[in-house]
Amino acid sequence: MFFLVDFNVIKPDPGLIFWTALIFLLVWGFLGRTAFRPIQNALKKREEDIQHALDEAKRAREEVAGLKADNEKLLAEAREERSKILKEAKEVKDAIIKEAKEKAKEEAQKIVVNATQEIENQRMAAVTDLKNQAGLMALEIAEKLIRKELSGDSANEAFVKTLVNEIKLN
Amino acid sequence: MGAIGAGIAALGAGLGVGLIGSRAMEAIARQPEAVSLIQRNMILTAALVEGAALFGIVVGMLAK
Amino acid sequence: MNFRYALIFTASLFISAFSLQAQDHGSSHEQDHSALSHEEHGDHEGSCCGQEEHSTEYDPVSTVMHHIADANEFHIWKDVHMPLPCILYAPGQGWSFFMSSKFHHGTLALDGYVLNHGRVNRVADPSFPKGEQHIDGVCHEARMVLDAKGAETEKDFYFVCLDGKPYQLDPPSTLDGGVLGGGLTSFYDFSITKNVFAMILASILLILVFSAVRKGYARNEGKAPSGIQSFFEPFFLFVKDEVTLPMIGEKHYERFQPFIMTLFFFILFCNLLGLIPFFPGSANITGNLGVTLTLAVFAFIITNINGNKDYWEHIFWMPGIPAWVKFILTPIEILSVFIKPFALMIRLFANISAGHIIILSLIGLIFVFGQNGENIGGVFAGGIVGGLFTAFMNLIELLVAFLQAFIFAILTASYIGAAVEEHHHEEAHH
Repeated sequence: MFFLVDFNVIKPDPGLIFWTALIFLLVWGFLGRTAFRPIQNALKKREEDIQHALDEAKRAREEVAGLKADNEKLLAEAREERSKILKEAKEVKDAIIKEAKEKAKEEAQKIVVNATQEIENQRMAAVTDLKNQAGLMALEIAEKLIRKELSGDSANEAFVKTLVNEIKLN
Repeated sequence: MGAIGAGIAALGAGLGVGLIGSRAMEAIARQPEAVSLIQRNMILTAALVEGAALFGIVVGMLAK
Repeated sequence: MNFRYALIFTASLFISAFSLQAQDHGSSHEQDHSALSHEEHGDHEGSCCGQEEHSTEYDPVSTVMHHIADANEFHIWKDVHMPLPCILYAPGQGWSFFMSSKFHHGTLALDGYVLNHGRVNRVADPSFPKGEQHIDGVCHEARMVLDAKGAETEKDFYFVCLDGKPYQLDPPSTLDGGVLGGGLTSFYDFSITKNVFAMILASILLILVFSAVRKGYARNEGKAPSGIQSFFEPFFLFVKDEVTLPMIGEKHYERFQPFIMTLFFFILFCNLLGLIPFFPGSANITGNLGVTLTLAVFAFIITNINGNKDYWEHIFWMPGIPAWVKFILTPIEILSVFIKPFALMIRLFANISAGHIIILSLIGLIFVFGQNGENIGGVFAGGIVGGLFTAFMNLIELLVAFLQAFIFAILTASYIGAAVEEHHHEEAHH
């Protein structure tokens, strides 16, 4: 049997087995409770934290993207609103201008008509007045003439008579 | 006799581990992305082969 | 993943560069002394005590075996030994407690206990005087005995010589039942031996290191790891991602993580401490069958108490195969339950022991080539050749230290995984 005579590491020694078991159990119990389990939990927690942070970032990114889309929509809406308002304003403006124009035109027409009438009236008044004046003047002249002539000749008298007949108010 | 038996056991283990190693190398060359998996299984299989060989050696030593 | 391997490799290289240098110095001195002390033990009187027993020849085998063996005192340097507490029990005599320094390096006998080549032995003969006795020395004789199988075999017997009379020495009891040359003797040795001391040291280191790592996690909560924490985190994740998670499975792995972690790091620290060639290290802890037996028994117990219905069903009555095959398969399956931890035990023991034996043998080349100091050229040749090979072997042994811890852990994890796995499909099993 070759070197087995001295090969006593192959002979299990009860003392060594006892101590190995004791030390291993102590190390297992102590480290398992105070180190391996907490380290495992810490690692797990960190893993979860990282996952959580990643998820959060993803969510935030999505949120931002959503916000951006919302903004865009809002902007588009605003733009539409603006153009609508502008259009409406323009329409209103046009309508007002048109109405004003019409009103002005109407007014002007009325003024013109009134003016024409007034002018006619004035002219008629003036003409009447003139006729009256002219009649009076002619009467006066005729009176003076007649007074002079009448004192003289009968022929003249006859002539005046014809003249007076001639002056007839158109 | 025991020593001869132990030697034969070692021979067998050498052949076995050599085969495992060569096949693992081929596998890694073919699929470098699976290197971690192949390595783990290679070591595991080599350990099993070696276990059989150690068995032989111990029995050989006991059998004089 | 690659970074993790690179880190482990770099760490190994760093440690090896350190231990390599030390091994060359430390071990050769140790060897030197051992060769001398072996010589001293040679001349004694008695039945063998009277004989002139000269073993000036350097005996590489017994030197190597002496170095890998457990001892009751820790040899540090030349004549300096670290005393260790001896806790001894002999049926009929009771417990004895004392420090190993009380033996005065084997020159005193205490209550029938004698230090023989670093190990406590006991004189079973009741006529041996109790108390402190000055002894002449220890000698040994080879006799033919009947072994456990009834065959004749040569066995070494040791005798203590007191007043020229030899008394036979009993080695401590071992639990191999005589199969491996040991067996129960007249006493049990529960001492804090060299291996136990080194194991305690490894455990303290382990606890210190992981308490620091734990503090790191408490301090840096929610922050990036720093210091020793960031050094050990890859190991931690390595065990989780490469061992427990793929082997045991998502559902159960957290339950077994502390056990597998403790196994891995306990074996790793013991292996690495054993590779340090000087005082606090150098003990062949995991290369001792008692230690690996205990670890394997733990693996066995944890595996089997966690075995579920499917596991036992697959052992005793494998579903989905014809009944007559079951009668063949069941004994094999039952056997395999025990063979698995047995293989774990043998694998770790043989790998680490073989590593220690090879390194010590290579250092021993110095003495073999140097012909016990008579051939100076041979000493140099042996030193250079042995030193280079030792350097190389040390690197390999570092790899083996990691690999064996890893294999022990991953195989235990795979056994546990098989025990807790739930089989949903009848076709799914192997």
